[in-house]
Amino acid sequence: MKRISGLFLALLVLAVVVLADNALSITGAGATFPYPMYSKWFDEYHKKNSNLSINYQSIGSGGGIKQVTEGTVDFGASDGPMNDEQLKAYADKHGSGILHFPTVMGAVVPFYNIPGVTAELNFTPEALAGIYLGKITKWNDPAIAGANKGVSLPANDIVVVHRAEGSGTTFCWTDYLSKVSEEWKAKVGKGGSVNWPVGLGGKGSEGVTGTVKNTPNSIGYVELTYAESNKIPYGNVKNAAGVFVKASLSAVSAAAAGAAKDMPDDFRVSITDAPGKASYPISTFTWLLIPQKFTDTAKRDAIKGFVRWALADGQGYAESLSYAKLPKEVVAKELKAIDKIQ
Amino acid sequence: MNSRLRWRKFVSGFMLTMTGVCAMISVSVLFFILGYLLFHGGTSISWNFFTKLPAPVGETGGGMANAIVGSGKLLLLATLFGVPIGFFGAIYLAEFGGGPIAFVVRYAADLLNGVPSIVIGIFAYALAVLPFKHFSTLAGGFALGLMMIPITLRSTEEFLRAVPRALREGAMALGASKWKTIVSVIVPAAYRGILTAILLAFARVAGETAPLLFTAFGNRFWSPGLNQPTASLPAMIYNYAISPYDDWHRQAWAAGLVLLGLILVINILARGILSRGISVSRS
Amino acid sequence: MATTTTTVPSAGPVVGSRSFLSRLRDGDEIARMITFLFAASVVLVTLLLVFELWQGSVLPRHKFGFNFFRTSVWDPIFDQFGALPFIYGTLVTAGVSLLIAVPLGIGAAIFLAELAPARISDTLEFFIDLLAAVPSVIYGLLGVFVVVPLMRVYIQPALKSTLGFLPLFQGPAYGVGFLTAGIVLAIMVIPYIISVSREVLLSVPRDQREAALSLGSTRWESTWKVVVPFARGGIMGSIFLALARALGETMAVTMVIGNNPIVSASLFSPGYSIAAVIANELTEATSNLHYQALIELGLVLFILTFILNGLARLLIVATSQKGSGMGHA
Repeated sequence: MKRISGLFLALLVLAVVVLADNALSITGAGATFPYPMYSKWFDEYHKKNSNLSINYQSIGSGGGIKQVTEGTVDFGASDGPMNDEQLKAYADKHGSGILHFPTVMGAVVPFYNIPGVTAELNFTPEALAGIYLGKITKWNDPAIAGANKGVSLPANDIVVVHRAEGSGTTFCWTDYLSKVSEEWKAKVGKGGSVNWPVGLGGKGSEGVTGTVKNTPNSIGYVELTYAESNKIPYGNVKNAAGVFVKASLSAVSAAAAGAAKDMPDDFRVSITDAPGKASYPISTFTWLLIPQKFTDTAKRDAIKGFVRWALADGQGYAESLSYAKLPKEVVAKELKAIDKIQ
Repeated sequence: MNSRLRWRKFVSGFMLTMTGVCAMISVSVLFFILGYLLFHGGTSISWNFFTKLPAPVGETGGGMANAIVGSGKLLLLATLFGVPIGFFGAIYLAEFGGGPIAFVVRYAADLLNGVPSIVIGIFAYALAVLPFKHFSTLAGGFALGLMMIPITLRSTEEFLRAVPRALREGAMALGASKWKTIVSVIVPAAYRGILTAILLAFARVAGETAPLLFTAFGNRFWSPGLNQPTASLPAMIYNYAISPYDDWHRQAWAAGLVLLGLILVINILARGILSRGISVSRS
Repeated sequence: MATTTTTVPSAGPVVGSRSFLSRLRDGDEIARMITFLFAASVVLVTLLLVFELWQGSVLPRHKFGFNFFRTSVWDPIFDQFGALPFIYGTLVTAGVSLLIAVPLGIGAAIFLAELAPARISDTLEFFIDLLAAVPSVIYGLLGVFVVVPLMRVYIQPALKSTLGFLPLFQGPAYGVGFLTAGIVLAIMVIPYIISVSREVLLSVPRDQREAALSLGSTRWESTWKVVVPFARGGIMGSIFLALARALGETMAVTMVIGNNPIVSASLFSPGYSIAAVIANELTEATSNLHYQALIELGLVLFILTFILNGLARLLIVATSQKGSGMGHA
């Protein structure tokens, strides 16, 4: 019996190893913000190229930056662009640079679960900062109620939900709050992972959405598609021009209009609190982080091919998933930049 | 005096009943878990679950085929790595060892056994992922294998030691060398216990998630060979459970049922092997 | 000249009475060397693990020293790392779990060892062992979908309305938090307390019980006042084992604790534990200091469980030996 099971074991091992590497497998990791978009893209792309599978793990933008710098994944993804320090760290480690490629744009919405309230609430910047600083603790606080006359808000404690790990969504959110609240800027600052004054931590956009969905009187921030596909109400935010804007694809595109014209060569730009009456103030690009130099030419060509597809056919899937397509100028610029990948 | 005695007797009966209640509560938790998983998981198990790859986020109809195969590969690797070390190490301890070296080995094994699985994950990440620059099934198998070593080692040693001296000495009296004695007499005599130990170690690591987070990482597709990240049942359960999608929750239940079912079956099997007459009695 | 290979049977092991070469020829020396290598590799890998933990945390150890354990600020942006909230959370959840699991576990162990007939005792023990085999992530799954809603809807409000004057039970009822994590952990560690305590209680010599009973004590009195104290060391050992398990639990805790690094007196508050923060942040700690601070947390956890496991083993072995009569005439 032992000999037979030993033989079986050996055969199994052999089979596993041999049935191996005919397919090309690329691994990427990072942002949860665009995960619904990317998972659709990679699935569709795999259907078109069946011997290429691009495995994307949504562990958060911080994870994407870290793992691509460590070299353990082939590309990263983040909605908070890498800062100069992180770029330098990458260059020091690899001897060559890393490139940012915007893929889609999205909105970060304040979504909430208040028993009995299905209306779209209006949030002022002061209200959002106050809630997340822990200074506004009840839903019927005047700072919130003032902008929502006609909605009866309960006197319940607000349950604040934020991200537990390093996140580009957090980066966008705190970037916005730092621009609209001096107190937030001084006390907490902007970043992928901050020292939150209050709140529960959810893991990934998925975790935050799950927590808000299951916790009454909670508020969280997440990419538009998570709130929409789970039918959780989200609020309008007052933009720099003083208008309460609901997050929508056109509002995000309006916010990106200025940046599209003045897009820097490395594509790192912030579009929060953008000017313009129709702009949604908490919008952001999301980027793929692709190394400039590849040792594996098969992987390099596969990734370049994918990026070209994503900038063309891929954009067609964006709107049905509540992401905004890239502005034409940006796409054109990117197609040229792809050649930088060696 | 009589009333005091009555009181003491009452207290005695009461407290002893309470201990029975404690035992009932503890045991019923197990049945609650099983029942709950059967109910929620049973209704979610479908053909899709076993045969399909995960679908894009938010879409239904996906499955965990790659996670099931991934877990299988990981556990196979863990067994191939951990069991021989534990087994041969135990042979050393039981047959050749003695004195300070054996003490150190046993101490190290107990130490390794007590290490929290997340710390094993850190170690495996630093040793098997970072230097090689990718997450892989091998790294995951390494992490799980580390956890199998102490259980296999200590249990195997116990069962080897329990083989009666008479058997050993009989073999030597017939002229067998030590090594031959071990191979043809002692190990076969203890094999039931050893098999039990291996099965129990296997069941223990089958459900481990934390070490896999940093080693096997995860994969939405098939993982070719052994050098790529791979999906695994426990990791999928974790990711799906904290997500907001109902379809994913249902899949998490189904996966939980499959995983728990596997672990319980192995445990019952292991104990069955042991109780059905071990070749040697335990000391 | 080496002694020839006359295999004179002797009562003891043959090793030592033959020359190295002859043993080599028979394969004994090779077998010894090979198995020694495997055994040594266990030691090697363990040493390597400790080394990695120590070396991998050199930056925060030098930068923060012992302040690491006293400060509560965990701020990756400003590179300030204080471990206090995680140590606090780990200890509090473990403490809550023991408060629940110890009475239940010892009670059940007493029942199994003293009262239940052997077959029932063995059957129930079989089920308890199965409970110990349930993986952490399944407990997490049930925690998220069963315990958390139960806590939020029934238990936390009930506690608040009855015991809300205590700072322990104040604050909003999130469902997740220290208390919930403690309850889930309690379920996970009960089997360890039961199975070890039961064995230790069973090893208490009969004459102890019988002496007490012959002096007129009730069944309970003889159990509680004589047998249990006799087995006290081993029971303490089982509690240490359970504690060590509770400290190192990752998945179930991170799914129900709320992931908020604060120190709070309220059990309803969301918190964080060492294992949970490592699981959440290790793959994304961009700065070296952040990454190594997490490794240092791992080192702390390792040392804690190491001490507890060591103490547990000492106590259990000592008690069993006492019970088997080696300790006294």
